[in-house]
Amino acid sequence: MNWIEFLTYLLVMAGVTYLIRVLPYVFMRKEVKNRFFKSFLLYVPYTVLAAMTIPAILFATGSIYSALAGLLVAVVVALFEKGLLTVAISSCVAVLIVELVQKFFFTI
Amino acid sequence: MSAFKKGLTDGLPIGLGYLAVSFSFGILAVAGGLNVWQATLISMTNLTSAGQFAGLTIMVSGGSLIEMVISQFVINLRYSLMSISLSQHIDKSMTLPRKLFYGEFHTDEIFAVGMGRPEKLSNKYFLGVIIAPYIGWSLGTFLGAVCGEVLPAMITSALGVALYGMFIAIIVPPMKHSRKISIVVAIAIALSLCFNFIPVLKNVSSGFAIIICAVIASVFGAIVFPIEDDKTKNDAESKESASDGTIINEKEGGSE
Repeated sequence: MNWIEFLTYLLVMAGVTYLIRVLPYVFMRKEVKNRFFKSFLLYVPYTVLAAMTIPAILFATGSIYSALAGLLVAVVVALFEKGLLTVAISSCVAVLIVELVQKFFFTI
Repeated sequence: MSAFKKGLTDGLPIGLGYLAVSFSFGILAVAGGLNVWQATLISMTNLTSAGQFAGLTIMVSGGSLIEMVISQFVINLRYSLMSISLSQHIDKSMTLPRKLFYGEFHTDEIFAVGMGRPEKLSNKYFLGVIIAPYIGWSLGTFLGAVCGEVLPAMITSALGVALYGMFIAIIVPPMKHSRKISIVVAIAIALSLCFNFIPVLKNVSSGFAIIICAVIASVFGAIVFPIEDDKTKNDAESKESASDGTIINEKEGGSE
C-alpha cells in the first residue's frame, strides 16, 4: 500500500481511538459522587472483561477441548489467587498439553 | 517496592500476552499488502486489538474513511468507559499533559490491572505499567510481520490463550469474595453468550456487543447492588464478608 494512502487511514484510525480514550479522561476532573454512577463504574471492568473472555476463549485455540482445558485451569488457578502471570502461563501450558495429546492420539 | 517497579511487574504479563496476539496481527497485515513498517506503525499508534483488526480490514479492502471512523468509534467506545473509571482512580501526580500522554495507553488489560490496585495510581506506576505492554505489542507486530508463520500453529494457539488467562485472573478473585460481583459477571457472561449464539444478535459487531453486555450488567449491578459509601472498590467486597458491620479488609495486599 502506498504511504500517502496508508497514512491517511492511519491518521483517522489512530485519531479517533486516541480521542475516545483521552476526552473522557481529561474532562472528568471532579471525583464522581453519584452513587449509581460509582457503582456502575465499579462493575464495568469485571463485566467488560467477562464479556470479552466468554465465549471468545473457546475459539482462541486449535480445538474447543484445549480451549476448555485452558479456561478450566485458568479459573482454578485464579481461585487460589495466584498472580496474573501464573494464571496466564498455567492456562497456556494446559492448552499446549491438550493439543499435544490430541495430536499424538487423534491424528492419522 | 517502588510504584514504578510495581507498575513494571504488573505490566510484564500483559506485555507477554500482547507479544503473542500482536504477532498474529503482524502476519495478517503483511498478508493484506502492508509492509513491515506500516504494520508496526499501526500497532505503535493504536494499541488496540479488535480496533486494529477491523481497521486493517478496511485499509486492505479500500474502505471509506467514514467507515474507518465509525468502526473505530464503535469498537473502541468501551475505552471511554475505562478512561472515566481510571480518571477516578489516579492521584494528583497525573497532570493534564500526563493525562494527554497516558490516555493513549488505556487498553483493556492496563485498565484492568490498574483498577485492580487498591491505591490510587501515580504517574510513576503508570510509566512502569505501560512499558512492557507497549514494547510487547509493537515488537510482536514487527516480529509477526517479519517472521510470518515460522512458529507452529500449536505454539501460537497456546500463547493466544495467555491474554484470556489474565482476564480470568482479574475477574475470578473478586468473584470469590463478593456474591454481588459474581452475579453481575454472570449476567455479562449470559448476555455475551446470547450475542455470540443467537441468530439476530450474532450480527452485532463484537466491539458493540461487549459494550452492550457490560453496560446492561453494570447498570443492573448499580441498581440492585449499589455501593454504600464513597470509598474505593474493595469496600463493596469487604462489606459483604462483614455482615455484622465490622469491615474486614481481607483483600489488603492480596493482589500481589
